[in-house]
Order: sequence, then structure tokens, then C-alpha cells
Amino acid sequence: MKINNLVLQTITKVIVFLILLYSVDLFFAGHYTPGGGFIGGLMASGAIVLLLIAYDLKFVKKIFPVNFIYVTAIGLLISFLTGMIAVLSNKPFLTHFFNKHVHLPLLGETSLHTAALFDLGVFLVVVGVTMTIIQTIGEDD
Amino acid sequence: MSILHWAVLAPFIYTLLIPITYKLLKRVHTGWFVLPLPILLFVYFCSNIGTTSSLQAKIASIPWIPSLGIDFAVKLDGLGMLFALLIAGIGSLVILYSIYYLDKDKEKLNQFYVYLLFFMGAMLGVVLCDNLIVLYMFWEITSISSFLLIGFWNNRSNSRYGAMKSMVITVFGGLSLLAGIVLLYLMTGSFNISEIITSVQQKSIISHPLFMLGMICILLGAFTKSAQFPFHIWLPDAMEAPTPVSSYLHSATMVKAGIYLIARLSPIFAVSGYWLWIVSIVGIITLLYGSFLAVKQVDLKGLLAYSTISQLGMIMSLLGIGAAGVHYDNESIYYIATAAAVFHLVNHATFKGSLFMMAGIVDHETGTRDIRRLGGLMKIMPITFAIALIGSLSMAGIPPLNGFLSKEMFFASMLNIREFNLFNLSTWGILLPIIAWVGSIFTFVYSMILVFKTFTGKYQPEKLSTKPHEAPMGMLISPIILVSLVVIFGLFPGVLSNTILSPAITSIYGGGVYDLHIYHWHGFQPELFMTIGVIVFGTILYFSVTKWSVIYQAIPVVWNRIYDWLFRETEDVFNKLTNKYMTGSLRTYLIYIFSFFTLILSYTLFTKDGFKIDTSLLAPIGGYEAVLSLVLVISTIAILFSKSRLTSIILLGAVGYTVSLFYVVFRAPDLALTQLVIETVSVALFLLCFYHLPKNARKKESIPFKLSNAVISVLVGLVVMLIAIASYSTKLFDSISPYYVDNTYIKAAGENMVNVILVDFRGFDTLFEIAVLAIAAIGIYSMITLRMGGKKNENK
Repeated sequence: MKINNLVLQTITKVIVFLILLYSVDLFFAGHYTPGGGFIGGLMASGAIVLLLIAYDLKFVKKIFPVNFIYVTAIGLLISFLTGMIAVLSNKPFLTHFFNKHVHLPLLGETSLHTAALFDLGVFLVVVGVTMTIIQTIGEDD
Repeated sequence: MSILHWAVLAPFIYTLLIPITYKLLKRVHTGWFVLPLPILLFVYFCSNIGTTSSLQAKIASIPWIPSLGIDFAVKLDGLGMLFALLIAGIGSLVILYSIYYLDKDKEKLNQFYVYLLFFMGAMLGVVLCDNLIVLYMFWEITSISSFLLIGFWNNRSNSRYGAMKSMVITVFGGLSLLAGIVLLYLMTGSFNISEIITSVQQKSIISHPLFMLGMICILLGAFTKSAQFPFHIWLPDAMEAPTPVSSYLHSATMVKAGIYLIARLSPIFAVSGYWLWIVSIVGIITLLYGSFLAVKQVDLKGLLAYSTISQLGMIMSLLGIGAAGVHYDNESIYYIATAAAVFHLVNHATFKGSLFMMAGIVDHETGTRDIRRLGGLMKIMPITFAIALIGSLSMAGIPPLNGFLSKEMFFASMLNIREFNLFNLSTWGILLPIIAWVGSIFTFVYSMILVFKTFTGKYQPEKLSTKPHEAPMGMLISPIILVSLVVIFGLFPGVLSNTILSPAITSIYGGGVYDLHIYHWHGFQPELFMTIGVIVFGTILYFSVTKWSVIYQAIPVVWNRIYDWLFRETEDVFNKLTNKYMTGSLRTYLIYIFSFFTLILSYTLFTKDGFKIDTSLLAPIGGYEAVLSLVLVISTIAILFSKSRLTSIILLGAVGYTVSLFYVVFRAPDLALTQLVIETVSVALFLLCFYHLPKNARKKESIPFKLSNAVISVLVGLVVMLIAIASYSTKLFDSISPYYVDNTYIKAAGENMVNVILVDFRGFDTLFEIAVLAIAAIGIYSMITLRMGGKKNENK
């Protein structure tokens, strides 16, 4: 389905970055305001789907030259290993740790959570799964 | 986690290294990397002999599912030690042997050693776990790894058949064992073997109505695993496995799991007369049947398989007699029988292990195991011949080898049962020693066939595919070690008696130290004359075997045919049944699912009196809600009447977006966001999928079909609505929400409750959800790409 849609393609070029940025924002906002890994991941896959509709699969593959099954696997591994941190320090699996006041360069005072790592795994799994499904179905001719 | 826990788990963890070493170091045989582990385990267990021989047990436990009484409890006592040493010791030798037996370039060694390590860990788990459920888990892993190892050469149809047969029979027994364990739990309230035994000693469960059923279930489990008559049929077919596997799983360890179970659970069931009679009679029949059929085998490994069946029967019957000794309070009978059982267990592992390895060597060097084609190999393979000779003589019960000692003890136990003075023992009981004696004669005959038909007689090089020569030294080391043990245990049984055997005996029933002495010379006792009789009659039968072997044609062997028939018929019947309702049409399946859904839910809702309407908590309906509901209903109805797929998808999207607007109205931003994005992505997905469907217009359906669909969908909607109303109106307990409201910031330092619940409070759920997502993605990926691969192959 190769349709040359100039308007959509031009808009997409700009808007994809906005959506991706927004997905990152949603991901980080998750702990305090609406958002989180799941929504962020879906939003990011939404951006990729938009690229896919405006251009085609080859274009998407050129921009994201990754195997999305690996993305899924890595995400799952990150989430699992985050849980294992607690086990290694003799706490029940998936106990999270946090520090509310950390000074980071550039960012100033912020809080750090292992929950964010866990959520990063969720983010990656969601992106990986949606894109794997869409890609495999899309490639199947 | 104690060291003992790690010892059980070590083989499983070790499997993770195999693929790495196999891939990276292809030039070195993978077996060399595996070998240190069983040696290390063996040394570890040996270092604990001091503990067990002073009748103490190493106990450790970690909770696993405490709410169900399932703990990963391990216990290393005398009996466990005996088995653990066998598993680790024979395991080391078998792995050493396999390094020379399996070619590193031709075989899939990574798979082989992974399966073997799985088996080793599982078997250690079976004999060391004190919790029946954990024991059961390991029990099934041994069945599965045995299945994989028998089918290792899975391009051969015989291997697949043998693997399947062993799987079907042992898993049938395994499930029956699980039922037995659950029944035992119902009777005693515990899964812990030690606890059950103590509680049974205080309060017998023999009068419990479930007692017989539980006992039979557990016996079935043990008998199928230990290849007892008539479940023995899987063992000869299991000989399709590579020889190291046969000598490890199917003679030295796995098949003895059933014997272990019987020994371990005897204190619970020995109060019942049925237990001991079933165990001893099944054992003695297996002994006779196995040894009788072994004589007719022409395949070396087939002969050894029947011989193993027969020897297992012998150990089983000894355990039965031992239980009888406990039942009738006759201590000396109990001790002699059980001592004979555990001693023969060790002896069998040594001589049968070496004989299997010998058969493997002959097969490897000559290319055949058919004794009709073999002969005269004595001069060509002198060391192998020596191994075969010593192993066979021990198996036949010739002094001074270890097989003779345990065989004498076996006769003594069988003769002892005369002392029980039971109601009919003078008539029927006398049969036991006679059957035992006849079985032993056949044992003598097949032992002679095994060694002399292979190594003496006429050398027939024209019938062999390769030119035989002596095996390489590496292959001979393991069987040489085993036959040296045969001789050492035969000459100095004291090495074993008070270090390993006696603790094993006492750990079964408890009690004090039993000073075990094993003698070669008992004076002119009946058992001596029995042994002499065995040798005399055995020799006569061996030399006249061609004359009397016609009887094998007269006796039909039906058990395999029964199994095949059962297997075929069940497959047929269930195939037909499944094909009746699995039509392949998605619509039909949806009809099944939805009709059962409505039926079961509405039935439960109204018979359990669950329906309730409570309007007191409802908020007033505002303008937004009314408009949104209207849009929702209209777009839903419009889907039904839309002509094209594209319209349907867009309308479906409209439904989804309206629902997310509801979330906005009800102030649930997280849900609204999620719903919006999901709706967007899934519309795109639908478009992609529908792009691949044929561009047919809607087919005209018949009126009854449409009508029944309408009825079902209306019912589903109705039931879901009723349940929603009822569940909103029923408050059985306080809501958990206030807990989250109070603790989200304190315990998880987050302010967004929904997200904190997802990643922290219920993080485990999320982990599993993303795992399910990943599995779904892999499923779709593999289904589609595999189908495409199939297409490509067709094109070629």
C-alpha cells in the first residue's frame, strides 16, 4: 500500500518527534502525575505506527534498525532484574528502593526510584510487543 | 538455603553453562565440562557419611508455598545417602564413559548433557526431599528427562516409540502417585514425610476410608517407575536410548526411584497386610517373569533390560518381606530382608552398570548387539570379556562376588517367611521361596548366555559390519572401576555394611543401631543348597537351551499388544471426539464460549442469590453522561449494519474513544490516556489485519443463524450488565482503596496511585502481564513467520 501522501508525510516528520518526546515525558511523569511505562510505551509505538502509515515498513526499519523481539526480551529482563535487586539484598522479590532527594548535575534536586527501572522494562516490552505484532503482520504478504 | 539445597539444585544451575561451553569450545568434548560436577557431589556426599552412619540426618528446609504446607525440605539420612552416592557415583562414571561413547562431532552433545544433568538433579531431588509435593515434582522431571534421553536419536522411529511408551506409562504412574500424595495429605494433614511417619506412629490411619485407595495409588506410582509386572513393558523399549543412559537411568538409578518410594513410605503403610503382600507378590512375579523372558532375548541390551526388570522385582519382594517383618513384629526377619534389599541395590548398580557399559562397548566395536551374530570375541576384546565375565558371575550369584552375598541373603529372607505361621502360609507361602529359586535359575541361565554367547564360540566376522578390536582405554575405565567394586564388595562386604547399608536400614523405620555382618559362609544352611541347586540346574538348562526354548512360542506375550491397542484406541476415539466440535471456525468457538459464559454466570448469579440492586450510592446522571451514552449506543448499533469493514473499524474506534471520554468525565486521567492510545494503536492494527483479508462483501447469512447470534449476544450483554450492577451493589468487605490512598506516598514515595500500584504494590502482576504480552508477541511472530517458511518450502 504505497500511497504518496505529501501532507501526511510532512506533518509526520514534525509530529513524530513531538509524540516521542511526549512519550518520554509520560514515562518519567508516571510516578507523580498520570503516565507511566505502559502508557509511555503505547504512545511511543503510536508514533512509530504513524510513521508506518505515512511512509512504509522499509522506512521504519531504516529509522529503527532493531529487532523488536529483542526489545521485548531486553525489557522483560530489565523488569525481572530490577526485582532481583531486592532479592540480592535479602528483601522480598520486587521490593523497590527510592531516594527522595538526590542532587544531579543539570537536573537539580530530584528523586530516584528503582520503580522507574522496572517501568522502563514495561515501556520497552510494550513498544517491542506492539511493533513486533504490527511488523510481522505487515510483512506477511 | 543450605549446602544440601544447593547440591540438589547444582545440576540444574550447571545446565546453564553447557550451551556456552558447547558453543565456545567445540574442540573439547562437552562431557569433560560436565564431569567435575558429579565428582564434586560425590565427594560432598561422602564427606557426610560420618553423619549418617552415626544415624543422624542432615535436615534443612526453606519455605516455598507455606500456605499449602509445601516446603523445600531436604533430608539426608542413611537411605537418602545410599541413593545419593549411587546417583553421583554412577553418574560420574557414566559421564566419563559417555565422553568416549558419543562422538563429539556427530551428536548433539549440548542437548544430551543438559538432559542428563536435569535427570541427575531431579533424581537427587527425589531421594533427598522430605516434602511429598516437591518429591513429586522431581519425580516427574525424571520421567521427562528419561523421555528426552530415550528419544535422543529422534530420527529413529523405535526411539520415538520407546520414548513415548516410557512417558505414557511413567507419567500415568506419576499422576496416580500425585493422587496418592493428596489422599495421604487428607488422611494425615501433612506433606512432610518425616511428620507423616511420626503422626502415623501415634495414630494409625489404617481404619481411614481412604487408606486403601491412597495405598494403591502410591503403589501404582512406584510399580510403573520401577518397571514392575505388568508395567515392565516400557523398560525393554527404553533400550533405544544411548547406552550410557541405559546404564545410568534404566538400570542404576531412575528405575530404583519406585523402590526408594516403597522403602520410604513403608513405615506408613506396613501396618496393612495388603501392602506387604502386594509388594512382595508383585516383586516375586516380576522376578520370575523378567528372568524367564530374559533368556529368550537376542539383543544384548534387551536381555539386560529384562534382567533389570527381574532384579528390581527381587529388591521389591525383599522390601515386601521386610515390611512383613515389621507387621508381624519379627525384627530379625525385617533386618535380614531389608539388608538384602539395600545390599542388592548397590550390587545391582555395580554389576549391571558394568554389564551395560560392556554391551555398549561391544555394540560400539562390532556394530551389532545381536547375540546371534556375535561370538568368539574373547581373544579380540580380552578386557571387555573379563568385565563381562565378572559382572555376569556376580549377577548369577557365584561366590565370592557381591551378587552371591545378596542372593544368599535373599534366599534366607524368602525361607524366613515360614516363621510367620500365617493362616495359609504352609500351603501358599511355600510358593514364594520356590518362585524365587526358579527365577534365580533363569537368572543364572541368562547370565551365562550373556557372556558365553558373546565371547566364546565361533567368531563370525562376516556377520559384523566393522572389524572389531578392543575398546579405547577411556571407555574401559568406568566398567573396570565398577567390576573392581563388584570384587571388593564381594570379598570385603564390611566396607559397606556398617557405613552405608546399616544406616540405610535403620533410617527406614528408625530404631537403634543395627550391627550388620555379611558372611560368605553360613554353614550347611538351606540357602547354600539353594545356591548349589541354582548352579546345577542352571548349567543343565543352559546347555539344553535349544531343546526347551520352544516353550517361548507356546506362551503368548500379550502386554505389549494390550498397550498398543489401548494407545491406538484412545487416540482414535479422542481424535474423533475432538474433530466433532473443533470445526476450525472462529464463529463456532465464539458461540461455545459465549453460551457457556452466559449459562454458567447466570446460573450462579441466580441460584446463589447474588443479584442485588442498590441505588443509594449512585451519582445523578448529568448531561455529559447522557450524550456520551447515546453516542456509544448509536455507534454500537451502527457497527451491526455497516456494509464495509472500514466503516466497522472506524465505528469500533468511536466506541473506544467514547469510553475514554467517560473516563475523562469521571476523572480518571490514567485510564483515559491509556484507553485513547490503545484505541489508536488497535485501530491501526485492525487496518493492517483487514488489509490481508479477502475483499469479499458480507455474505448473506440464514435467518436462524442470525437469530441465534442475536440471542446469544443480547444474553451476554444482559448477564454482564446484571453482574456489573450486582457487584457494585454488594459490599462484602471494606474496599482496599483507602490503604493505597494512605500508603502510596509513605511506602512507595509516589503520588500517582495508579502507577504506584502497577509498578510497586502489584508489581508482580505487571511483571507477569508483560511476560504474557511478550509470549503473545512471540506466538504471533512464530505463527506467521513459520507459515511463511512453510510456503517458501512448498514453492521450492
